[in-house]
Amino acid sequence: MNALVPLPVLLPLCATGLSLAFGTRLKQIQRLISVAVLTAVLGLSITLMIAADRNGPLSVHLGDFAPPLGITLVADRLSGLMLTISSAITLCVLVYSLGQGMADRDEETPVAVFHPAYLILVAGVSCTFLAGDLVNLYVGFEIMLVASFVLLTLGGTGPRIRAGSTYVIISLFSSMLFLTAIAMTYAATGTANFAQLAERLGALPLGVQTLIQAMLLTVFAIKAAVFPLAAWLPDSYPTAPAPVTAVFAGLLTKVGVYCMLRTETLLFPGNRLGDLLMAAALASMIVGILGAVAQTDLKRLLSFTLISHIGYMVFGIGLATRDAYGGAIVYVVHHITVQTTLFLVAGLIERRSGTTELTRIGGLARAAPALAVLFFVPAMNLAGIPPLSGFIGKLGLMRAGVADGGVWAWILVAGATATSLLTLYVMAKVWNLAFWRAAPPGQAAAGTVLESDDDSDDDDADEGPDRMAGTGDEGVRVRHQPAGLAVAATLHGHAVTTTSVLPRPMTWATAAAVALGLSFTVFAGPLTSYTDRSAAELLARRPYIEEVLGR
Amino acid sequence: MTVSASLLAAAAVLCAVGGILMLTRPLTRILLGAVIAGNGINLFILSATGTAGREPLLYGVDLARVTDPLPQAIALTAIVITLATTAFLLAMAYRGHQLTGTDEVHDDLEDRRIVLRAEVLDERDELRERFRADGDRSAEARRAYRDERRRLRARLRADRALQARGRDATGDLWHDVLGADPEDYAKSAGDPRSTGPGPDAQNPGDTG
Repeated sequence: MNALVPLPVLLPLCATGLSLAFGTRLKQIQRLISVAVLTAVLGLSITLMIAADRNGPLSVHLGDFAPPLGITLVADRLSGLMLTISSAITLCVLVYSLGQGMADRDEETPVAVFHPAYLILVAGVSCTFLAGDLVNLYVGFEIMLVASFVLLTLGGTGPRIRAGSTYVIISLFSSMLFLTAIAMTYAATGTANFAQLAERLGALPLGVQTLIQAMLLTVFAIKAAVFPLAAWLPDSYPTAPAPVTAVFAGLLTKVGVYCMLRTETLLFPGNRLGDLLMAAALASMIVGILGAVAQTDLKRLLSFTLISHIGYMVFGIGLATRDAYGGAIVYVVHHITVQTTLFLVAGLIERRSGTTELTRIGGLARAAPALAVLFFVPAMNLAGIPPLSGFIGKLGLMRAGVADGGVWAWILVAGATATSLLTLYVMAKVWNLAFWRAAPPGQAAAGTVLESDDDSDDDDADEGPDRMAGTGDEGVRVRHQPAGLAVAATLHGHAVTTTSVLPRPMTWATAAAVALGLSFTVFAGPLTSYTDRSAAELLARRPYIEEVLGR
Repeated sequence: MTVSASLLAAAAVLCAVGGILMLTRPLTRILLGAVIAGNGINLFILSATGTAGREPLLYGVDLARVTDPLPQAIALTAIVITLATTAFLLAMAYRGHQLTGTDEVHDDLEDRRIVLRAEVLDERDELRERFRADGDRSAEARRAYRDERRRLRARLRADRALQARGRDATGDLWHDVLGADPEDYAKSAGDPRSTGPGPDAQNPGDTG
């Protein structure tokens, strides 16, 4: 069973080579490879999760080098769960993007790099979840980041290059910080392996320990977009193609949260920086949701709710009790699914009405009832309306906070409640504007091709849209098309064909993601008991260390 | 463990230089900064090795006295990754240059809006001060003043249209509650352009 551990990383990487070799000549095969590999990864992840749950953590020393030298991959309950959710979500998003590509008649202007880059992204995410040492974690991050650079700047249009440069620079900076932290850790302890670090870090002077912990937390907080370090996120995410934004929003930030969970429990038990984490969590929640209240573009609005809800998970990590960790893990699982779904729905809305600028759309509840349902369920889920999984996650966290009983815990419980009410307000606002009200005059009719202008900063153009790209208020040009001519609106640029009939794979993929979110409610019992067991395993630390070092 | 001070000093200097370069605007300078700082951090990793020993080879060297090879491996990995990222950044800087004629990283949109707002408000206050201090109440001066104010209002309106359209009162409570864009409804009252939003609607044929 241990031999299966490296496969979630290796399979997508090898498939990338195949996919590149076929290129765009045989598009069917390229699509087939991607779908088959991601399905296989999903199957593997479920197997690993079940095996780790039954028999304790699994580990592999690649090349059979002993821990300080070799690369270690470990799958315990937490990694197994994260792998399963992430591969399910990436599969959904892949199907969605296939639908988008086919609907956009990709054959004429193919995006050759999309499939390979996507597979590499999956490999990188799996690598970070399985990494058993700091260096491998760093490499996993980098694999993921390089793929995400490519996906974010797909097509190389002006707005994407601008958004991409912010993202690339901030990622470069955090990678450097991470490397510095690794160097410090190695200089202090002589190893980068998690299990060995767990044994050796405790012997260090308190100051050195805290320095290393603070460095690592800063790095992961940048990745996870915790408030003071989150300014990059709403600027870089919304300009990318809808499926790319969806998978980034769902997965990449949660990778940061996962790393925080892992290092806080395994390497730095005792929760020395708990109060600091809780303060950051509170700031994240409040500032993020207030940002969302002020936005009128759906994608930007969702980016701000993303920052806000990262606060919940950090809250759980800051509390550091078994219940709190359990709640945080449930919340991670719930939030990956829901946030991805909402971005996928935003893509569908863009396709239906030509824009995600909320002041320009309306009447969708009547025009597209299916779309309305697809939005309504995850939106209520995000806000935490009782039977849905958002409620379960929030309830777990708040119960842990009340049980803790400290001043910070109570403040955070109050903050979390206010945030979830404000989330409900934001979602109601979106619902009212986009779905419930009558369609505003000037809304694009179905079948028009809308194209965003390149960003030009002419300030004298005062009337009408200001053509600032990325805000959703770009100038919209209606293109008159000769009858029968195929329109190439692709993942390349920011061109969108509005249709009244949404492409079926996109709708079904979104529906599957919604169903996954609902299944957390149906299987809430098994899920919470699993996360409780994972939290217990994280706190116990021994099973992990013994599995890695014990042979 | 003894550490070479020169290695640490070189690492610190390189990181400082790289950090300063990374704070500048043009993407190429940021790129150079990233490369230099990356090298500084690689030296820093190497300094984690401690005392220099024999070369870390498998055969013919006394294993007890070799240098720790692991930091070297980490540094090598970091170098390779930096190379890839550098290539990507270069391509991006070139693409940015192709598109906009410069490779500068632009201001954040929200920042730009806040600056615009502050500018316009300042200008308006100044205008009012000047008008009051002047004491000239002729029709001419008043019209000039009004024109200036209208111009400023137009700038602000464009700004406000971007961020908080809902705050403008349309007179229709339902639209105000929803946060609808009042300009939509103003246009539909009699403006023929309401069907094709945007300044380019008259010129439909030129999209590529």
